[in-house]
Amino acid sequence: MVSTAPTLASAEATAWTALHAVADPEIPVLSVVDLGLVRFIKFDESGQIEVGLSPTYSGCPAMTVIRGAVIAALRAAGFSHPRVTELLAPPWTSDWLSAEGREKLRRYGIAPPAHAVDSPRSLWLQAPAVQCPVCASAATEELSRFGSTPCKALYRCKSCLEPFEYFKCI
Amino acid sequence: MSRAHAAPADDARAAHVDYLLQLADTSLVLGQRLGELLGHAPALEEDLGLANISLDLMGQARLLLTHAGTLEGRGRTEDQLAFLRTEREFRNLALAELPNGDFAQTIARQVLIDAYQLELYERLQQSSDGQLAAIAGKAVKETRYHLRFSGGWLVRLGDGTEESHRRAQRALDLLWPYTCEFFDEQPEDHALQRLGVAPPLTELEPHWSAAVDDILREATLVRPVKTPFRWYGRRGVHTEHLGHMLTDMQYMQRTYPGAEW
Repeated sequence: MVSTAPTLASAEATAWTALHAVADPEIPVLSVVDLGLVRFIKFDESGQIEVGLSPTYSGCPAMTVIRGAVIAALRAAGFSHPRVTELLAPPWTSDWLSAEGREKLRRYGIAPPAHAVDSPRSLWLQAPAVQCPVCASAATEELSRFGSTPCKALYRCKSCLEPFEYFKCI
Repeated sequence: MSRAHAAPADDARAAHVDYLLQLADTSLVLGQRLGELLGHAPALEEDLGLANISLDLMGQARLLLTHAGTLEGRGRTEDQLAFLRTEREFRNLALAELPNGDFAQTIARQVLIDAYQLELYERLQQSSDGQLAAIAGKAVKETRYHLRFSGGWLVRLGDGTEESHRRAQRALDLLWPYTCEFFDEQPEDHALQRLGVAPPLTELEPHWSAAVDDILREATLVRPVKTPFRWYGRRGVHTEHLGHMLTDMQYMQRTYPGAEW
C-alpha cells in the first residue's frame, strides 16, 4: 500500500497534465481544466482512471467532442481504459473558470465573466459592467444577450468601437 | 394487463415517467418551434438568441427523455422517445406547439412558458427525484436567461410602436387561454406531490402571475381575462398543429428507422 501511493499520485499528475492540453472546441485558447469542467480524477481498485466532467449548458453540442478528446488524451498519456462520467450536480457555473483561464480569455479577445448571479429572482438586474478586452475601457454596451454560442453575449466598446464577445455568467 | 390490476408501485412509476415526459415534451416541442426560425428571425441577434434558447431547450429535453426512458425500464432511448411516439403520446403543454405566427406571437408564447418553467425548475431543484433535481439545477439558470430575452422583447413590442403594441396584445389574447392547463392539477399530480417528486401547481400560480404581470405592466399590455376555454396537452390532447410539426420533426426516423450519423 505504501509503495503504490506515490505511483497513484504521479499517475494523477500525469492525467492532469494531459487534461490541461485538451482544448475546448469552441474556445480553443481554454483547456477543459481552465473551464472548470474537470470535477475529479479517480482511480478504481484495478488502477483504471475515471474523470468526472461537468457539462456547461444542457444543450452544449461540444460535450460529445470534449468527452472524446478527454478519452483520447488520457489514452495517449498511457491510461488504457479511461472512463468519463458526466456530472449534472452541482451545476457548472462560470465561477469555476480558473484565474488563468480568465486571463487567457481576455487576451483572446473575449471578456471574462463577472461574478455569477446566484438568485433566479434577480431577473431584471442591469447587465453587468463589462470591461473591453481590447482597450480595457468600462464604457461598453450589450448588443445581444446571445452570441455565437450559448455561453457568450455580444457587446460593443463605446471607446474603441470594437465589437467583442462576453463570456456570460451562469 | 389493465391498469386496475397494476400494483400501486407500478402506477406511481407510470405517473412519474409521464410527468418527466410532460416536462421533456414541452421543452422538445418548443425547442423545435424555435428551431423553425433559424435563418428566418427578423434580425441576426434574434436569430442567434432564439437558436440558443432552442439549443438549451433541446438539451433539457434530452436529459429529461433519457431519465424518463431509464425510469420506464423498457429500454427506450431519448431518440426513440422523441422520434417514435405518436401525437397522442406527447405530453407537452399545448401552448408550446402553437405555430410561431408573427414575432409578437413567438415572443408572447416564450414569455408565458419561460416564466412557468422558471417557477417550476426552481422548485424541482428540491425534488425527491435526485436526477430530476440535478437537471432542474442546470435548467433554472438557462431559463433565467430565456425570460430575460423574451421578457425584454415583450416590453419593447408592447411599449413600442402602435403596430407592435397591437400585435403583442393580439398575440397575448390569442395565447392566454392555453395557459389554463399550467396550473390545473390532475389526480396523478397529487400522487407525485405526496412523493415529493413534483411541486404543487397551485403554489406556482401566484408567483407565475406576479412575474408575468410585472412584464405586462412594463409592456403596457393588458392581461387577458380568464375564459372557460380548456385544453390539455399534458393529457395528450393536442391542437391540429402538433401532428403537422411531428411529420417534419420525425420524418427522418420514420423514413429510415434507426438511422444514425
